[in-house]
Amino acid sequence: MQWEVVIGLEVHVQLSTCSKIFSGASTAFGAEPNTQACGIDLGLPGTLPVLNENAVAMAVRFGLAINAEIPEYSVFERKNYFYPDLPKGYQTSQMAHPVVGRGEVDITLGDGTVKTVRIHHAHLEEDAGKSLHEDYSGMTGIDLNRAGTPLLEIVSEPDMHSAEEASAYIRAIHAIVTYLGISDGNMAEGSMRCDVNVSLRPKGQEKLGTRAEIKNVNSFRFVERAIAFEIERQSEILEEGGVVIQETRLYNPDLDETRSMRTKEEANDYRYFPCPDLLPLMLDEAYVEHQRSLLPELPSEKRQRFVESLGLSTYDADVLTGSRALAEYFEAVQQHCGDAKLAANWVQGDLLGRLNRDGLDITESPVSAEQLGGLLMRLADDTINGKAAKQVFADLWECKGETADEIIDARGLKQVTDTGAIESLCDQVIADNPVQVTQYREATEDKRGKMIGFFVGQVMKASRGTANPPQVNAMLKEKLDALL
Amino acid sequence: MHDKTLAELARGLAAGDFSSRELTSSLLERIKRHDGALNSFITVTGEQALKEADAADALRQKGEAGILSGLPLAYKDIFCTEGVRTSAGSKMLDNFIAPYNATVVEKLRHAGTVSLGKTNMDEFAMGSSNENSYYGPVKNPWNPTLVPGGSSGGSAAAVAAGLVPAALGTDTGGSIRQPAAFCGITGLKPTYGRVSRYGMIAYASSLDQAGPMARTAEDCAMLMNAMAGHDARDSTSVSRHVPDYTQGLDKPLNGLKIGLPVEYFGEGLSPEVETAVREAVRVYESLGAQVIDVSLPHTSMAIPAYYVIAPAEASSNLSRFDGVRFGHRCDDPADLEDLYKRTRAEGFGDEVKRRILIGTHTLSEGFFDAYYRKAQQIRRLIRQDFLDAFTRVDVLMGPAAPTTAFELGAKADPVQMYLQDIYTIAINLAGIPGISVPAGLVDNRPVGLQILGPHFGEAHLLNVAHVYQQATDWHQRRPEIKE
Repeated sequence: MQWEVVIGLEVHVQLSTCSKIFSGASTAFGAEPNTQACGIDLGLPGTLPVLNENAVAMAVRFGLAINAEIPEYSVFERKNYFYPDLPKGYQTSQMAHPVVGRGEVDITLGDGTVKTVRIHHAHLEEDAGKSLHEDYSGMTGIDLNRAGTPLLEIVSEPDMHSAEEASAYIRAIHAIVTYLGISDGNMAEGSMRCDVNVSLRPKGQEKLGTRAEIKNVNSFRFVERAIAFEIERQSEILEEGGVVIQETRLYNPDLDETRSMRTKEEANDYRYFPCPDLLPLMLDEAYVEHQRSLLPELPSEKRQRFVESLGLSTYDADVLTGSRALAEYFEAVQQHCGDAKLAANWVQGDLLGRLNRDGLDITESPVSAEQLGGLLMRLADDTINGKAAKQVFADLWECKGETADEIIDARGLKQVTDTGAIESLCDQVIADNPVQVTQYREATEDKRGKMIGFFVGQVMKASRGTANPPQVNAMLKEKLDALL
Repeated sequence: MHDKTLAELARGLAAGDFSSRELTSSLLERIKRHDGALNSFITVTGEQALKEADAADALRQKGEAGILSGLPLAYKDIFCTEGVRTSAGSKMLDNFIAPYNATVVEKLRHAGTVSLGKTNMDEFAMGSSNENSYYGPVKNPWNPTLVPGGSSGGSAAAVAAGLVPAALGTDTGGSIRQPAAFCGITGLKPTYGRVSRYGMIAYASSLDQAGPMARTAEDCAMLMNAMAGHDARDSTSVSRHVPDYTQGLDKPLNGLKIGLPVEYFGEGLSPEVETAVREAVRVYESLGAQVIDVSLPHTSMAIPAYYVIAPAEASSNLSRFDGVRFGHRCDDPADLEDLYKRTRAEGFGDEVKRRILIGTHTLSEGFFDAYYRKAQQIRRLIRQDFLDAFTRVDVLMGPAAPTTAFELGAKADPVQMYLQDIYTIAINLAGIPGISVPAGLVDNRPVGLQILGPHFGEAHLLNVAHVYQQATDWHQRRPEIKE
């Protein structure tokens, strides 16, 4: 049978507020256990939550960025369950009335097609603490530094139908939250993690199949792998006539598989009810408009501008707007060298290639946007040729100079464009290679085009790469054709 | 000195008749002598009290004393007090030393008051008789075979017995007004949000309210001046001007419109209590007030709605007592589930367990709409009843409790006990203020007159109560205590 995969995601984004969502304790990552948890985070008797306004502002800006409705009224509820790292015995979250309503996010797929994924809602909630099982010989340690950290949970509709679409979706969310500056999006530190719902149904069937929920997947790659594994697992069950059971599963990246965590029967009844310690959140139009005025240019807007005013292909625009840092880097390079296409090629090709190889993020690039821009400027104005540019780039990467100009001067890479100098080099090469000249003369018209490459190569070699290749090409053609 | 009101003691301190140290030590002596029989205190902080008294005396010498400087009081053991055990009357918190002060404690300390200690209470404020305390029941100073009322029974008994001139209580369904009535003192439950809940161990957050318990309305007004006001640490506290509650206490009551809710004078009300309350109302008429019968049609639904909402919130509020971070923990837990189960089984008393179970049930899937949601709808109707009534009258009056204090152990059936709060509970659901003032004695058992006002009308309530206390002497009656 032909199966259709249906995927929905719940992405948890840690908001980069300075303090926690309901207390004044710091949210900085990596502190000594339990040094960033105040009485409120510890759930001490008598303590009460006070909502962090900045977390609300960030959630609203996210809502505006995905064209969502921002309801005038939203409510914090308590989700009740017992766990040692959940200090109050409930998590303050939102259910019936979330702060961000329906919206949508465009994703771009590998073949360049754009697809819209609907967002069901996004809500604010507090994170729990962390249970530490190692180093306590049979006991469990509790670190409450993370307890109360503000999270925005973004819940999609089940609009995705492949691992690729799901992956493109999280990348899009990642781009939006980093553009907005509301999260550092650092998946390794848990600033972004997601729960993936996967189900299969016979192609053409309206009704959804039984889903499995894979909890806490924390990298783009793992999302794709976990989904691929689930599709395989579920289709095997269905092909054999079995029934998929509704359950929560965990993805293990070491074994590249998902395994059952709990079934629906074991699931908690969270007994949600409005938190009586927090009044309903009321947001008027003026507030929402003010937040709108604070929005930066978003990925979709940037993409459109890159295509329309800079003349980039949609593919290039898409790659370059993948993250705010990358887009800003590209724009700086582009402004410096004045050639968008050249800048796009170099940033995507040489720069990203090198960064990937060295496992570096764009923000850690040894070559700054100004340096690369300076290099491309010299390429664009014919001071150096493409080959020399690669050398300059390599030197900049190795920190062998502050600017491209310094390296060009030091290594004598300036392109020779002096006609007299090029002409004498061409004459010399023609004189030194009589056999090839004869072959050229005897060749048919269409073969000569290819054969000229040999002479160009020789001239370039003689000039130690500094001759201007188009100029050399033209001059050789003229001289050789004169011999015909 | 133990017979004096807070206002009288303030005058005495100001006049130099006695020092705060003298006053404090004499009361500590008195607590030592009499509290064994009453059990109204869980913790007495004598040494600390004397230090605070000395500090107040020193301040007075420098001429920097405020009106409350050097005045002793006690806190219901539900208010967190830094460095002092704060038990909420529960074994669960028997070993809990609060690391911070509740906002009201902070405010009253700042005003210069001296804390004598922490008073006994029904466990986590759940009860109407003070028989649910881990530290044993409190005895009513008027008669040790009677309950003092609950859950602020320790505070009420301590004030009535002259162990302390005033104490703080909390009122979730009547826990200030009913024990005040049973012990013959004055107790005010302010408007919800008027006094910060920060640092008050939560029972039912949307109903809990701290308030003063003292001998007179004037004393309550003095305490309210220090207690009331917005607190940035409590999101439900209201940002609104705090009047001087001691101003306007003597305003005459000519033309005051009093409403008598017909539902508060029906079946279940003891005839003697009714007689006393109606007599009090006649005093008001003699002072120029006009009396009208009014109806609060949803009154009969108040107790059922309360016993859905309060336990629902309690079941969640009490989840944090899990043995992981503070409080009681069972010995040698085998695993996590065992830790939770035994810690909570050992730490909580029966009434607390009963309400946690009720609350867990009413919030659970499949029951939420039938119970919790429905109860919230009823709550809105009850609130509307009061809003409607206050368009016709200035205040409402009625009994604070259907009977006078009953015998210890007399109400073994929890539902019989819940009916004790029939006249007080709706006020918490509506969030309006209410005050109970002594208005008679039946067989040497005090009767409380309850006066209700619209939201933020406590200044007027105190005025209405004070003028009555100028005209009568019920508030001056004292239980006989063998010295």
